[in-house]
Amino acid sequence: MNDPDNPIERPFTVEEKHALSLLMDMVIPPSKTYGVPGAGDTLILNTIINDAGRRTPRLMDALAALEEMSQEGCGVGFAELPVEQRGSIVNAFREAHPGVANLIANLATQCYYRDDRVMIALDMETRPPHPEGYVVEQGDWSLLNPVRKRAAFYRKLDQPSS
Amino acid sequence: MSEEPVDVLIIGAGASGAAMSWSLADTRMHIVCLEQGGLMNPLTYPSTSRDWETRAQGEFAINPNQRNLPTDYPINEDESPIKIANFNGVGGGTVLYAGHYPRFHPSDFKVKSLDGIAEDWPISYDDLAPFYGENDRMTGVAGLAGDPAYPQDNAHRLPPLPLGKSGQILAKGYNKLGWHWWPSDTAIITEDYDGRAKCINLGACGSGCAQGAKGSADVTYWPHALRAGVELRTHCRVREVTIGKDGMATGAVYYDGNGDEQVIKSHIVVMASNGVGTPRLLLNSKSPQFPDGLANSSGLVGKNLMFHPYASIQGVFNELTDGFAGPHKAIRSQQFYETDPSRDFVRGYTMEIQRGMPPVRTAHTGMRLGRIPWGDDHHSAFRRLYNHVTGMVAVCEDLPEEHNRVTLDPHLKDGNGIPAPKINYTLSDNSRKMLDHGVARATEILEAAGATDVMSEAPISWGGWHLMGTARMGLDPAKSVVNEWGRSHDVKNLFIIDGSVFVTSAGVNPTSTIQALALYIADQMKSRLTNLFD
Repeated sequence: MNDPDNPIERPFTVEEKHALSLLMDMVIPPSKTYGVPGAGDTLILNTIINDAGRRTPRLMDALAALEEMSQEGCGVGFAELPVEQRGSIVNAFREAHPGVANLIANLATQCYYRDDRVMIALDMETRPPHPEGYVVEQGDWSLLNPVRKRAAFYRKLDQPSS
Repeated sequence: MSEEPVDVLIIGAGASGAAMSWSLADTRMHIVCLEQGGLMNPLTYPSTSRDWETRAQGEFAINPNQRNLPTDYPINEDESPIKIANFNGVGGGTVLYAGHYPRFHPSDFKVKSLDGIAEDWPISYDDLAPFYGENDRMTGVAGLAGDPAYPQDNAHRLPPLPLGKSGQILAKGYNKLGWHWWPSDTAIITEDYDGRAKCINLGACGSGCAQGAKGSADVTYWPHALRAGVELRTHCRVREVTIGKDGMATGAVYYDGNGDEQVIKSHIVVMASNGVGTPRLLLNSKSPQFPDGLANSSGLVGKNLMFHPYASIQGVFNELTDGFAGPHKAIRSQQFYETDPSRDFVRGYTMEIQRGMPPVRTAHTGMRLGRIPWGDDHHSAFRRLYNHVTGMVAVCEDLPEEHNRVTLDPHLKDGNGIPAPKINYTLSDNSRKMLDHGVARATEILEAAGATDVMSEAPISWGGWHLMGTARMGLDPAKSVVNEWGRSHDVKNLFIIDGSVFVTSAGVNPTSTIQALALYIADQMKSRLTNLFD
């Protein structure tokens, strides 16, 4: 495991990128139904790797742990596992390492839901909120009428709890 | 560098420091404010970029340990179930707050008299009322007069924030049950005001308002204070307040942006560093006269830390909500605000609605609460929640308990080597029962409004937004740190004006009260200038 006080600063290897792509697709898989890529898609994966920043060592540790669990349990590496066995390994990993599993899910979602293809599929505008902003309807203020009729009910200072 | 003494040194440029700076400026005294963070540039806020939700969890995260910027100091919060939220920069925590801006109730100042618990404040709602009004005018507050949960006032209010789809859904739920709700008083301008442009519903209030419509202190008080001649020094982190042989504060030692040690001398020192930063600095300011920390003869500096324990209760609806568009707030309910002896807890809480959630937060929340799985069902589960969630938080009154406290961590230090604060906090039985009550009542509302699923969390672990009580005010020097106008009992030219001085926490967001108090204390100082140190 990496020492958190002295994290290793190195790029992901090709093998690690491949394993990370498989893992991210298990968090959010591609879907023909919704016409969207998975979180392991090349563009999204690059965003994930870029966004990981100081969390990179924890991500690398997670990949190493998955590889070790695969080798010990199945005799082959994580990337070579059949899909169902990969799922079992990942489930076991999530149970054993819930904090890192949350980190993986958070990274996947924060990068996935700002991909143009995903946003368009969700009918979102592919832009930041500023400077255009959004329209929010005023709403039906007549809903307040019953409350307007209510007498003041704040507690007076000569009113002990009753 | 040493220099001629200034008249007033204010430590911290957040909500209270900004209000105090502006108010004292008309005295034409030489006022210097030291701020450990920098000036904010709204055009760099997350909502100006596509990765805004990611940046809101990074450099604009509410937790300083997560943010970990050079302008931040670390906090040991391992022994607290509620983690600290703050921001270090001009504007302080208001840069990231949601802008919910209710006042205290009159009863909040008399908790001991009314309910036999905690302590009464040495001042009343009526004492603060004019300053609430002045603060509202400086900040720009949207809302609606006539709320039956409050005494009537003549506050200047801009039109209320839009109800939107979410507000309407929830209003119908409250109406079905016959329970109170009202448009929130919110520090977000709905019309152009004081040179600032109105809200355009960015939906990113919690990571800084790029529009400048949210009333953070950097865009409300500071432009006026600077024009009036107040000197603001940024990237200046105070290490300690210094004391003379006569027991009076003489100024402070601080580190400038280059890390160089500087000394500033001042006739008056004002602490405005929030409910954690202020006790930290006082406890770091030890001297032969004050071996247990400055202004700490009562032993209460750092003690009685209060948060507002929050419950989050969100409903899933078949109909569309506002999603993330629009200010986070719209309406509030104080149906359960005042003490009711039929309940198993004292005091009460406010319900603030939460309009909706942006996509990443929807996914995070859904995954954390078991509504959105990994794998093939992710997409359909996400779509059930996205733009279909609205709900509320219950803001629960926290009671003062001495074992909830800020101390100095024996090992942890900030980037300048200054000992960092440590938080010890346990959730009281009263708070737990209040949270449970809030979750149950909110669930009733959401179900009455048509929710098909209700998700709740209590307390919100990351929700230590409100930092109060760690240098409280009072008449008795043995039971309080400052007097009824904010002056230290021990050091007669030392004032504390932030949430530290709160005696009790009420069940509402504290910022409007913090700023009203700062204006009140400034007014007291101005009216006593000839005998301020007597």
